[in-house]
Amino acid sequence: MKVRENAVKIGLCATALMAVAALVIVVAYVFFNGVGIINLAFLLESPYRFEYGGIFPQIIGSLCLVGVCLLFAVPLGVASAIYLVEYAPDNIITASVRFFVECLAGIPSIVIGLFGLVFLVYHLGLGISMLSGGLTLGFMILPWTVRASEEAIKVVPRSYMEASLALGASKWQSIWGVILKSAYPGIITGILLGMGKAMGETAVVLLTAGSGLESFLPQSVLDPVASLPVYIYMLATQGHTQASYSRAFGASLVLLTMFLIISVLALFLRNRYIRRNSGF
Amino acid sequence: MKKVNVEEVIEKLLFISAISSSFIVFFIIIFMLHEGIPALAIGWDFFFGMDWSPSHNQFGIFPIVVSTFVVGIGALLTAALIGIPAAVYLAEFSPRWVHNIVKPCVEMLVGIPSIVLGFFGLMVLIPFIQDSFGGWGECILAGWVILAIMTLPHVISISEDSIRAVPRACKEASVALGATELQTIWRVILPNARSGILASLILGMGNAIGETMAVLMVIGNPNIPWIPSSILEPVSVLTSVIVIGINYAVWGSMHQHALFALGVVLFAIVAILNAITTAVIRKGVKR
Repeated sequence: MKVRENAVKIGLCATALMAVAALVIVVAYVFFNGVGIINLAFLLESPYRFEYGGIFPQIIGSLCLVGVCLLFAVPLGVASAIYLVEYAPDNIITASVRFFVECLAGIPSIVIGLFGLVFLVYHLGLGISMLSGGLTLGFMILPWTVRASEEAIKVVPRSYMEASLALGASKWQSIWGVILKSAYPGIITGILLGMGKAMGETAVVLLTAGSGLESFLPQSVLDPVASLPVYIYMLATQGHTQASYSRAFGASLVLLTMFLIISVLALFLRNRYIRRNSGF
Repeated sequence: MKKVNVEEVIEKLLFISAISSSFIVFFIIIFMLHEGIPALAIGWDFFFGMDWSPSHNQFGIFPIVVSTFVVGIGALLTAALIGIPAAVYLAEFSPRWVHNIVKPCVEMLVGIPSIVLGFFGLMVLIPFIQDSFGGWGECILAGWVILAIMTLPHVISISEDSIRAVPRACKEASVALGATELQTIWRVILPNARSGILASLILGMGNAIGETMAVLMVIGNPNIPWIPSSILEPVSVLTSVIVIGINYAVWGSMHQHALFALGVVLFAIVAILNAITTAVIRKGVKR
């Protein structure tokens, strides 16, 4: 009987390790295939066709897109969260606001991309551009910034707010000076996680921001812009040569590294924040 | 007097921000329907037509919808097969140090950009399937594996939480009656955690069906979609047809309307799955 129990336990453990193995195998494979091509020229030059040049415009393009996305989603998301936690009366309007935030979070990214294409690109006439792509990414991560900010604001002890109000500060002064000051590491953690999501998103950017192979830097927000995920997609599906595959691995490795830096930063901030809030 | 006004203005601004999400959702629904309705209006031949061939003005999406569900359900079963035992292990047996290694890895797995996972599938999985089973390589099976990797973290996290939420007393009562640990898990803990696990699976299926890039790169996307008869055949799913078609569709043509109509169908499927998830969770909480 004991033997059988142990065998089952080992089996269960093996399934858990499979999840770890999936991560390790994917990351290791991309690393070993991509590390060979990465050098300064690869990072700082412009691409030429599928097989030549570097990925500088793609890196900058991805950062620009994420920048536009955050400029849109962060103020809106944080403001929504402040309203929902501090002001919202307990009525049907608040309930429906929450419902629609959840709704937006559930919409597949490709549908949001199609919406960006018809609404921003054609209807508002922004064209295939950095602005269209960034805003559409913003629609996508808005619910995540709302949720993360809400969680961060909720855990600020009630007594802080009451102390501030008792000292004669107005409600907004208390929120701005006290609540946000205590909640900001949590909010930033949420923003960083949303940033990672936006950076890896391909479908939205492919439909609204550009073909990924642009070899120039955008001069204005209305220019089409290259990005790492779309560049990888193009090389992987249309390159068909070893040189373009190895470039795609290099770009994947750069994308993974950027994502890793963001995640580690988010984890670091979260841990520091938890420690501070628990009084150490 | 002025101070009161500032406060009021700020409250109004915050309220407007809060309802912006609602407006975005409304706009998405309105614009998607507006673009999709000319194709949706075809009716029976659109939803149950067997031929999708834009160059011949044929827009029957039935094979695409069937393929989407085949890929989604298979991916989910694969993820469940690995994810639920893994969740049981993490919640009930794992020593602290193993948990501290596995949990962050699972969380990181969520974040791997889908394009990187898809590219990995294209370079590793497809040659592997081709060598082992023959055929095209790009097939349903490859889609299952890649999507299972993507949904696995959700299944593990939510299932683990719902297993941990089972009251300690239930478990202790079972052990006190002489049941072994495994009997307790099988007869007491899993039935109690059932609604959470089920919710994680339905949610995972919604994610799998809405996922675009990773699946697009490994399932083959034949130009004329068909209903697959084996898991080694290439298929087209809703998301892949949209992405590939949108490059070729003339703006304003029926093809473009049909692609948006596919978006509407996808949206509807995912919304229904999400609604079921919410209902299952709510029922579980009530119990």
